[in-house]
Amino acid sequence: MAILSLAWLSLRNRRFTAALTVISIALSVTLLIGVERLRTEARASFANTISGTDLIVGARGGAVQLLLYSVFRIGNATNNISWQSYRDIAAHPKVAWTIPLSLGDSHRGFRVLGTTGDYFRHYRYARDRGLELAQGKPFEDLYDAVLGAEVAETLGYSLGDQIIVAHGTGDVGFARHEDKPFRVVGILARTGTPVDRTVHVSLEAIEAIHVDWRSGAPIPGLSVSAEQARQMDLTPKAITAALVGLKSRIATFQVQRFINDYPEEPLSAILPGVALSELWGLVGVAENALLLVSAFVVVVGLFGMLTALLTSLEERRREMAILRSVGARPAHVFALIMGEAGFLTLLGIALGLGILYLLLLISQPLIQTRYGIFISLGGLSGYELILLGAVVLAGFLVGSVPAYRAYRLSLADGLSIRI
Amino acid sequence: MDQALERLGSVQRDHFRADHIGYIFQMFNLIPYLSVVDNVVLPCRFSARRRAKALARGNDLITEARRLLYHLDMDHPALHQRAVTTLSVGQQQRVAAARALMGSPELLIADEPTSSLDADRRESFIRLLFDECREVGATLIFVSHDASLEHLFDRTVDLAAINGSGQGAAEP
Repeated sequence: MAILSLAWLSLRNRRFTAALTVISIALSVTLLIGVERLRTEARASFANTISGTDLIVGARGGAVQLLLYSVFRIGNATNNISWQSYRDIAAHPKVAWTIPLSLGDSHRGFRVLGTTGDYFRHYRYARDRGLELAQGKPFEDLYDAVLGAEVAETLGYSLGDQIIVAHGTGDVGFARHEDKPFRVVGILARTGTPVDRTVHVSLEAIEAIHVDWRSGAPIPGLSVSAEQARQMDLTPKAITAALVGLKSRIATFQVQRFINDYPEEPLSAILPGVALSELWGLVGVAENALLLVSAFVVVVGLFGMLTALLTSLEERRREMAILRSVGARPAHVFALIMGEAGFLTLLGIALGLGILYLLLLISQPLIQTRYGIFISLGGLSGYELILLGAVVLAGFLVGSVPAYRAYRLSLADGLSIRI
Repeated sequence: MDQALERLGSVQRDHFRADHIGYIFQMFNLIPYLSVVDNVVLPCRFSARRRAKALARGNDLITEARRLLYHLDMDHPALHQRAVTTLSVGQQQRVAAARALMGSPELLIADEPTSSLDADRRESFIRLLFDECREVGATLIFVSHDASLEHLFDRTVDLAAINGSGQGAAEP
């Protein structure tokens, strides 16, 4: 204990360099734990994108691709599912509910999703959270639209506004469905998922805006007005994908096989959880690289401490000799330097965590609205504690270098004072 | 003290030194980041024996340290608050002497402690040292190149004579 209080007083005596060392360790710890926290929350929010859905059905293709276009609204489907196939799947005895998804159009950069009222009833994200309307109601009329929270916020829409849907995913002025405007009837509460960036309309509406179009362009000479379209048969001919909920999870593989072996059309059914982890495996490389970089920053911070302690040793040889003369053993000298390294590391960690929590407190609302990632301010997770433990261990390991050097010097110098 | 030093291991020798010997160096004796009193108390942090002896003499270590400083004319409270690096060399040497005497070691080794003091200070410092050594019953070994101090001591050994005998022994 005596030697630890000496170490503390000695650090206080050199408080300027000690403070610099502590700050460099603190910032590196802030970065390390911050990256880890962000990484965990990003992964959680990623995995929370879709839940409650047992199977996602689309045209035959890769699982990741199907997940990307059906759930994340990234990229396009290579092929569609015929309405008949969708009916057959929905009619399977083990299937509890289905949500048809029809993609392909957009509104000012946001995807337009054609679906049914079942979407609002059955779609689940996070841990079994359903969609909630912040304002208004689900679509009822043919030309009603329900906006995701981010769409409404970014574009400044409120209930009753008219919106024009553009054909395709690029927002090009000459391919708009200008003859059939939509009315905003509902705005969804924020979910932190791609739902926030989606414009929802009914399947029939998607059909209606395309009655006078063929192969991505209006049919020349044929123009069907919005009111005329209401009178036509708007049963969709095809959809992009479908989300399927089963009566019992046990039947998952049975229904999956049924869909994959569907004789009329090449289809594929994927398990969202499996596809999500497959997709995260792709993203995970970058995320691991980030953690690795921040770990190296910690090493750099600790090397700063190593330099500070080693350079101080030369001018402290006299101090060591005095300590030896009053009865300190070389082991005490070792412990003194180790104690200093320990204090520097622990202070660095404490300050670093302080900075981190302060930053989180400030940036939490910003990150949530901007990226839809909710970062909890809770205590340290087990893995974070392991990381901090590794920092402490590394700190002592680094400290043992100057400590051993001081030990050797004090053995060599003995009681002779070097000036 | 009945110990053959050459038979002790290095750790035991360290313990022996901590328990029985007080040192005063030529100059710059003090740990810069400790207060005057903390510097004096320092040997008690490393030797339980000296700690016990110091406690036997005073109520607590701080009181004992103050008592020693008082005897060495370093009793002004303002001095105790000051950083040791701001003390004059003579004051520093007296603090070092108080530290060497703390916990009454049997042997006091002073390596030219007066070489940086002027002639008046030199003699008064040595008298103070003698007084304290007498009180705690310590033997003082005093190294100096100043022959004018010789009359103050009971016994003197010329270092050249020791070295000469050493050389003599080395040659057959």
